[in-house]
Amino acid sequence: MTFLKQMIDNEKERSETMRILALDSSGLVASVAVVEEEQTIAEYTVNYKKTHSQTLLPMLDEIVKMTEMNLGEIDAIAVAGGPGSFTGLRIGSATAKGLGLALKKPLIHIPTVDGLAYNLYGNEGVICPIMDARRNQVYTGIYRFREEFVVEEPQMAIEISALAEKLNERGEQVTFLGDGVPVYKEQLEQLLHVPVRFAPSHMNRQRAAAVGTLAVQYWKEGKIERAEDHQPDYLRMSQAERERLEREEKEQQGK
Amino acid sequence: MKEKEITILAIESSCDETAAAVVREGREILSNVISSQIELHKLYGGVVPEIASRKHIEKINQVIEEALKEAGVTLDEIDAIGVTYGPGLVGALLVGVAEAKAIAYAKGLPLVGVHHIEGHISANYIENKDLEPPFVCLVVSGGHTHLVRVKDYGTYEIIGRTRDDAAGEAFDKVARAIGLGYPGGPKIDKLSKEGNPEAIVFPKAHMSDSPYDFSFSGVKSAVLNYINGCQMKGESYSQADIAASFQKAVTDVLVENAMKAVDEFGLKKFAIAGGVASNSALRAAMQEACDKKGVKFYHPSPIYCTDNAAMIGVAAYYEYLAGTRHGWDLNAVPNLKLGER
Repeated sequence: MTFLKQMIDNEKERSETMRILALDSSGLVASVAVVEEEQTIAEYTVNYKKTHSQTLLPMLDEIVKMTEMNLGEIDAIAVAGGPGSFTGLRIGSATAKGLGLALKKPLIHIPTVDGLAYNLYGNEGVICPIMDARRNQVYTGIYRFREEFVVEEPQMAIEISALAEKLNERGEQVTFLGDGVPVYKEQLEQLLHVPVRFAPSHMNRQRAAAVGTLAVQYWKEGKIERAEDHQPDYLRMSQAERERLEREEKEQQGK
Repeated sequence: MKEKEITILAIESSCDETAAAVVREGREILSNVISSQIELHKLYGGVVPEIASRKHIEKINQVIEEALKEAGVTLDEIDAIGVTYGPGLVGALLVGVAEAKAIAYAKGLPLVGVHHIEGHISANYIENKDLEPPFVCLVVSGGHTHLVRVKDYGTYEIIGRTRDDAAGEAFDKVARAIGLGYPGGPKIDKLSKEGNPEAIVFPKAHMSDSPYDFSFSGVKSAVLNYINGCQMKGESYSQADIAASFQKAVTDVLVENAMKAVDEFGLKKFAIAGGVASNSALRAAMQEACDKKGVKFYHPSPIYCTDNAAMIGVAAYYEYLAGTRHGWDLNAVPNLKLGER
């Protein structure tokens, strides 16, 4: 087979394979990736203070230019759908929804914490991403990679001490990652009686390639949604709603 | 041969209305879809930013799809995307801005960011085909009170502004004080028709150093003091008289300052815009004052006074013609100044 023919065949294969555009702007990191079933075509990840609304689309534009991609060739748009920074989630979500509307493509909603955990393929023991959720809580979940990715406890917002209790009960080695690590590392080391590891810096924050790779699985399982139906999963009410419910509860009890 | 007609898809999400519209050649409204969240915010007595933002993201695609459908066009027939990028609630603005950028990017269309107040002013062009700059415009809403000299399309000079509360904000606060609830503007307008506007004299603030500036916190406090005084003396008071007298105090100042500006700049055209521009007493008083001076008075229909995307589409059209284009890094600017790019 000549080199040229090989290239043409590759190109053919390339256009037939499924391709997902993935976005994650749930936390401090902004990340955009184009992922196929067998390989990642491009990933652009920035962990810098600049606002995601200014960076996300220029990052996508850079990827499109670099890879000479026709956006119309993507099959779906995956987005880290929460939890995370409310505003950050909406920037990712509105970007995905706008792309979905214009390109007439479906969306794939990846739970943020699942996407984070997916970074640690082949990890021994359990995987525990933690994101700083303020008010003394973390967004977290418990995962494992056996033959396949297993969600042992789906994402939630809980206090760090309650999470430590869960992990102690499991009695297994645990690997942490996420932007909650610098905040809670010391506390976790004190609270936990199980072997503890912390993921290294190339895989310890949100990465759109992980979101995209997980989305390939979702795609195969038919877990897609219409762009218009998508909205972030905040895992938390707004402060105003919470306060109103508390007030109403008190009034109920007072009666 | 006539050049191709320009069709713009416009998006507005700066406060509590999710809106999209399709506008052709700047003044022809092909569709104007507004999804209002007002019922939701009534529970809290005012707009809650986080709740507004959540509702925007939930509704935005449906609203855009509906605007396209109603206009009978597809995205392939759109020439540019216009979007409000300030001023307003930052979280709310970001939804519209991110959505607009993504659509424009995916379709390879120019992106035109629009100032919300420029939109309100431009609402006057929709039903008044003869209206062209220069003119004076009073923008009054829940968030803004600006007296603006419109020198040309896209060229504005703010000659007066409120020093404290926006006019609409004062309506909301007074409505709450006399037990009318939110939103206060339409409720006070309605109740005032049953009251005597001369019953109580509330103070009208004039700024000595700037003839066109406004202040509404004084009149608001005077209303609250009046109610307190009545309650302390055990006297009953008429809600309707308070509403009518308060409304008159606000309207009088708005009219006086506006007419001073019309005289000063020798302009024979005057327009109002913004949510409070729907107020029937304000309209009547402005009409009367303009008639006396032989000035032509312009005002949009109520549907174009409230926050809507049609007005953003109109403003975007003139910005588009002037060559305004925004990049993919366009951000929401909650305190955007009028005339800033």
